[in-house]
Amino acid sequence: MSAQDAAKLSFTIDGKEVKAEPGQTILQAAALAGIYIPHLCAMKGLSPWGSCRVCTVLVNGKPQAACTMPVAEGMIVENDTAELKDLRSSIVEMLFVEGNHFCMFCEKSGNCELQAMGYRLGMLQPRHDYMFPTRQVDASHPDVMLDHNRCILCARCIRASKELDGKNVFQFIHRGAHKRIGVDAAGGAGGTNLAVTDKAAEACPVGCIVKKRVGFAVPIGQRLYDTKPIGSHIEAGRAAKE
Amino acid sequence: MTDNASVSRQVCGNFGNDKGRLMDILIGVQAQAGCIAPEALDEIAKSLSMNRVEVESAATFYAFFSDKMRGRFVIRLCNDVIDQLQGADRVAAAFRAELGIEFGQTTADGLFSLAYTPCIGMSDQAPAVLINDRVVTKVSTDMVREIVQTLRTGKSLEHLKLTLGDGNNSHPLVRAMVNNNLRERGAVVFAPYTPGVALQRALSEQPVEIIKIIKASRLRGRGGAGFPTGMKWEFTRAAPGERKFVVCNADEGEPGTFKDRVILTEAPGLVFEGMTIAGYAVGASEGIVYLRGEYAYLLAYLEDVLAKRRAAGLLGRDILGKAGFKFDIRIQLGAGAYVCGEETALLSSCEGKAGNPKTRPPFPAQKGYLDMPTVINNVETHCAAARIVENGPSWFASMGTKASSGTKVFSVSGDCAQPGVYEIPFGITVQELLARVGATDTIAVQVGGASGRMIGPSEFGRQFCFDQLATGGSVMVFGKGRDPLAIAHGFMDFFVEESCGYCTPCRVGTRLLRERLGRFLEGRAEAADLDYLEKTSKVVKNASRCGLGQTAPNPILSTLQSFRSEYERCIKKNGTVFLPSFDPGKAVAVAAGIAGRASEHFGTKKGGVKA
Repeated sequence: MSAQDAAKLSFTIDGKEVKAEPGQTILQAAALAGIYIPHLCAMKGLSPWGSCRVCTVLVNGKPQAACTMPVAEGMIVENDTAELKDLRSSIVEMLFVEGNHFCMFCEKSGNCELQAMGYRLGMLQPRHDYMFPTRQVDASHPDVMLDHNRCILCARCIRASKELDGKNVFQFIHRGAHKRIGVDAAGGAGGTNLAVTDKAAEACPVGCIVKKRVGFAVPIGQRLYDTKPIGSHIEAGRAAKE
Repeated sequence: MTDNASVSRQVCGNFGNDKGRLMDILIGVQAQAGCIAPEALDEIAKSLSMNRVEVESAATFYAFFSDKMRGRFVIRLCNDVIDQLQGADRVAAAFRAELGIEFGQTTADGLFSLAYTPCIGMSDQAPAVLINDRVVTKVSTDMVREIVQTLRTGKSLEHLKLTLGDGNNSHPLVRAMVNNNLRERGAVVFAPYTPGVALQRALSEQPVEIIKIIKASRLRGRGGAGFPTGMKWEFTRAAPGERKFVVCNADEGEPGTFKDRVILTEAPGLVFEGMTIAGYAVGASEGIVYLRGEYAYLLAYLEDVLAKRRAAGLLGRDILGKAGFKFDIRIQLGAGAYVCGEETALLSSCEGKAGNPKTRPPFPAQKGYLDMPTVINNVETHCAAARIVENGPSWFASMGTKASSGTKVFSVSGDCAQPGVYEIPFGITVQELLARVGATDTIAVQVGGASGRMIGPSEFGRQFCFDQLATGGSVMVFGKGRDPLAIAHGFMDFFVEESCGYCTPCRVGTRLLRERLGRFLEGRAEAADLDYLEKTSKVVKNASRCGLGQTAPNPILSTLQSFRSEYERCIKKNGTVFLPSFDPGKAVAVAAGIAGRASEHFGTKKGGVKA
């Protein structure tokens, strides 16, 4: 056994042994081991957040978010079970009914993680009733558009702006059902220092923050999730190499 | 009234332009300028060297802040379940009629604003309103008329003829129309108190010995969750950190709970003494009391008690002559957010941010306030800790049951002759408590507030204690004729209003559950809706991020268990209706409105198809 292996701790996911470094989250360790745990708010390179709850797993029988829960020696994690799949689907369906997600004319279709998650979890139609909220579109920025109808409040833009761009363009405002992404200017995103080259402009998993004038550069049918389900690159063992 | 920008600049200056005090700054601007307008956000951001959107994040989170100008008198009517049962609707109608405005509006003369607010901790003297930070209890429609007439003439709140309450409610710094309704004093919290006795004893021991004493007493947290206090202190003591903190959770927001109000009124010294002992035990020198905004009327009085303790050498440097031991306490006021009772949300709020809970682990004992090791205990827990040090762990453990030692302070409200505060050893049965409070013909008891459980008579033989019926103190009594499902629906309204919205299951699920429960009350439910309620409740319970979401489905889950027949009774039996939840009349209502006539096929009557 090498010295590096000795420093690692070990736990199981669905009975399979996984080695991990102390300080890693369950989600990170699983990805490196080629195990996909469905998730939306977690994103490689950003600090753990734990808001979407799609990555809920059972840790020693207790529900926990895999994206924020640190690994511990000997923990028993359940991930790929019928119950958890149903729970995750119910949560994803909540996100669908809470906003206005019309995939058929959304430019993000095929690249959208929410849509791809719906397919991956086998969602046919939401079990919950649609809420059809009235939400705003912010087109004030010359190069980037914000369509709040499609926002799932994952806070990836908030974190990317702060942690990767060294700015503070986005933050949650209001609370509860009224919670939404606010921008650092009174008059909309156009008044902020957001640049089209910012990581925050690319971090959105859905079609809320989109760049202008490139929407259909790649035709539908040739997009990221058009051919392979979300999570495939992790299951193919590519997460460890990236 | 001065303009928002200059007020903001001045208030920021008062707090040394410290962004950690953003809560106090926002409270100050709201009070002085009547709102936190867009230009105030710009000005505060500039003064504190923050991003505007960070200020906006906090300013839009709390119910007591408003971006639109509010009246000189903001009248907040408590609309929790107990207040509703005791006539809040009549009071609401009287205010609407007197003022000529709806709730959420401000009168044209800029004098009055009307708003609803969840439980303000006055369920034992409902219905109650807050007028700015003044409490008016047992409000009648006659009183509404008198209040409005007095204030309309330009007089200040001091001119309202309010009968002052008992005990320290009549203290010159309180002067509140609040009664303690302290019905039973026990041996721990409400026993006679001499300042400094417990602290003196603590300082004669080593800090680790104090932790041993607390552990030996088997004291568990009084806020509801029941975590062993000694362990919490031990973790905090062991955690590395340049600074450590002791926090007192006085954000008593659980509907039907008001015992901390009475403890803070009658025994604040004991609370501060417990905090000081905790500081000594864990190695902290700074304490914070997080006082809910609804209890702002106690602020000046509590500050005065703190000042007197400083003067007496019970706070500050070299406390009671113990060289090197320093500890002081500041009071952080909240601004209307139930979620801030959740300990990590409370910490966010203390740091001047929106009250979103933090990710756990790490727990506050490792990384709490300002990421430093922090002990957070309930008001009552701090009192109990001080008494345990004073009288010994075996004295404490001899009261109550084995797993739940000591006394518990209950807040009893609802359909009973003597609502109020009762300090009783753990282990009393529901039946026994109901007899003491003068409750007859009780059909249901809500144990532990909205986030607790509703039980029926078959469970009245059970005991109040951590392993049977746990409660942070709230006991709501419901008599004959009350509707368990309507009460549960009221609690779901509360959770929808108070969810912070950070995580999906709580933000979305609470709304879905409330709507589905509403179908039963409206006679639109079908059998499959029972299954939906059960399954979706479990998702919200299991997948939510903090205690609020994890307990938010309890009103539904517990009534499904205790009052299932009520649900079944409400299921629509009409076999000719394909989808009972679908109301065609409602669906075509907008179109009918545009057309200016009723639909020929679908009546507008609720419940669907015309016979």
